[in-house]
Amino acid sequence: METNDQLIQDITTQEYEYGFITDIEMDRAPNGLNEDTIRYISEKKNEPEWMLKWRMKGYEAFLRQDMPTWQNFTLPPMDFQGISYYAAPRTKKKYESLDEVDPELLATFEKLGIPLNEQKVLSGVAVDAVFDSISVATTYKGKLKEMGIIFCSFGEAVQEYPDLVKKYLGSVVPHSDNIFASLNTAVFSDGSFVYIPKGVRCPMELSTYFRINAENTGQFERTLIIADEGSYVSYLEGCTAPMRDENQLHAAVVELIALEGAEIKYSTVQNWYPGDKEGRGGIYNFVTKRGVCRGANSKISWTQVETGSSITWKYPAVILQGDNSTGEFYSIAVTKNKQVADTGTKMHHIGKNTRSRIISKGISAGHSNNSYRGLVQVGAKADNARNFTQCDSLLLGAECSANTFPYIETRNNTAMVEHEATTSKIGEDQIFYLNQRGIDSEKAVALIVNGYVKEVLNQLPMEFAVEAQKLLSITLEGSVG
Amino acid sequence: MLTIKNLNARVEDKQILKGINLKVNAGEVHAIMGPNGSGKSSLASVLAGRDNYEVLEGEVDLDGKDLLEMSPEDRAREGVFMAFQYPIEIPGVSNINFLRTALNEIRAYRKLPQLDAKQFLKLSKERQKLVEFDAKLVNRSLNEGFSGGEKKRNEIFQLAMLEPKLCVLDETDSGLDIDALRIVSNGVNKLRSKDNAFILITHYQRLLEYIVPDFVHVLYDGRIIKSGTKELALELEEKGYDWLKESFREQPV
Ligand SMILES: Nc1ncnc2c1ncn2[C@@H]1O[C@H](COP(=O)(O)OP(=O)(O)OP(=O)(O)O)[C@@H](O)[C@H]1O
Ligand SMILES: [Mg+2]
Repeated sequence: METNDQLIQDITTQEYEYGFITDIEMDRAPNGLNEDTIRYISEKKNEPEWMLKWRMKGYEAFLRQDMPTWQNFTLPPMDFQGISYYAAPRTKKKYESLDEVDPELLATFEKLGIPLNEQKVLSGVAVDAVFDSISVATTYKGKLKEMGIIFCSFGEAVQEYPDLVKKYLGSVVPHSDNIFASLNTAVFSDGSFVYIPKGVRCPMELSTYFRINAENTGQFERTLIIADEGSYVSYLEGCTAPMRDENQLHAAVVELIALEGAEIKYSTVQNWYPGDKEGRGGIYNFVTKRGVCRGANSKISWTQVETGSSITWKYPAVILQGDNSTGEFYSIAVTKNKQVADTGTKMHHIGKNTRSRIISKGISAGHSNNSYRGLVQVGAKADNARNFTQCDSLLLGAECSANTFPYIETRNNTAMVEHEATTSKIGEDQIFYLNQRGIDSEKAVALIVNGYVKEVLNQLPMEFAVEAQKLLSITLEGSVG
Repeated sequence: MLTIKNLNARVEDKQILKGINLKVNAGEVHAIMGPNGSGKSSLASVLAGRDNYEVLEGEVDLDGKDLLEMSPEDRAREGVFMAFQYPIEIPGVSNINFLRTALNEIRAYRKLPQLDAKQFLKLSKERQKLVEFDAKLVNRSLNEGFSGGEKKRNEIFQLAMLEPKLCVLDETDSGLDIDALRIVSNGVNKLRSKDNAFILITHYQRLLEYIVPDFVHVLYDGRIIKSGTKELALELEEKGYDWLKESFREQPV
């Protein structure tokens, strides 16, 4: 049995090995995007030739594509040449202690009940070696390994499991899928890789214990999750704590593959910096997430709680290829001030008896703009496909807007597609009623909002749900009254 | 307990309350009757602190505290409870969770310890029984899809849970069936004590047979134009309001 100290040392050296702690000066690519940049990144990561080739294909596709024009907001100009595409993850400013950190940020941590050590990591305070969570993480990693579960950084997977990566990378989100996915393909820095072997039920929520490592998941992240036949995994992405990042454009790609009888549950809490009241300085979050139910009787379920970023543009999708497969999408998107969210899902029914369920809850406050955009597509062979969509919008105040854009395309007349949509406001009379029972307006709104999103929160793993609930009330503080 | 002096209030551009004077002592039950639109609900709303009413003049004192200075939630925490004429539906929020939040907010204000889940459920069971409230409704969303009568009974259940000192019941009897009226009245009678007081706004003398008031007031055109004992209610039942209106021509404010 190794001692804690040894474990920690292992971790630290391991990190070093994979380039997490390196000289800042040297590990920053010059601004700009060209083939040299991509070669630089690939070389830094010590990647094999095939990986570099694939990046180049992504780059070519990126050059060929124009920015999208169909979204329900004005796309801000983006200067792709003005950013550096590679920086060693730990280039954030380090503080000596929490005393130096923005007190407002600390107050938020406090409200969320984030443990002190995690507060330090999240706000970029140098953490000393004795860090419980890291050793916990290591212990669990060992356990997973025994079960044959692979859970590592993407970079590590490229080195250690090239065959798996080669087989599945880009098989769900092709390198040319959309301009942001192509950009990610060309320059992605790192991310996560998960493989669950046949018949294995992953015994824990992946990434709860590793959350602290999410510190640098950053700008161009890539996640690939493969659930082999009859396996199950629940994966958690993100963090309820406010994440600050110097990089304005985020373009992540997530690919999920569920083979026969497998189930993947993917939960996200996104709380990137939303910008100031005017929306200045917030993150542009352009994400491509797609899963494929490749085998029969497989299931993929997306749950998302989106509260951050100044622009959110994401449509987690499920390709229901296997017969009797199921796709689910549960979403809460909150916008306030001048935030914009254009989010929803796509369900592609290809196999027979495929089912999908979409529950979307939008909440808009301030001058924000919240759109649900969803596509339900039923192919010619998808006999007896079923979809149910419930799409609700809640407005706080008169200056915000909510829109729904449901698209339905069916090429099979045995399909049944149901769509329900509601728009409601938190009425002054509702607030007053609760006030009259001793509940102040702030709490009243939180109570009503929590009631409204309950169905989605229930999909989250327990502890995540509790955090998400707190996050929602904090996010909406001051939005009413 | 409650002293209202020369209360004048308006909503939008319209003055609704035109000089209300009323004194309610602990342990008393006052009934307020009066024609539709005379300002009964408005009076309740002003007491509860609804912000679309603007107080133009007057004072309201609750046990030495200036009620008009307080936020609606603080008035509630000080012990003002209003059973709404039209209770509001709040989808998704369970009745019981709402009540637990409310009770704990009120207790926090009064510097009493919070009730844990077990204590709270015990209290809730006890009070459900007291006012014979349907257990099935306890876990449903607050008033959502409740029948008219169920909503009214829920108001009384909330009253029983929150134990206020000044209870204003705005036409709680309207919409109740005969049995429910008796049950609700019994509940109220059990909740009466020397420390609390009730203001019953009603159109029907029948309620007052069950809950016997100490005083009956007639509100007309924003003023209390007549006060009496429970016999006044009987007289009104018989004669209507016209005889009072005639002796009291609308006066300019
Ligand atoms: N928001 C408002 N805007 C304009 N007038 C209002 C408003 N609210 C109340 N009023 C008016 O104030 C007057 C008093 O209304 P209130 O509801 O207090 O009457 P009430 O005595 O409770 O009547 P009822 O017996 O029908 O319940 C009515 O004429 C009503 O139309
Ligand atoms: Mg009324």
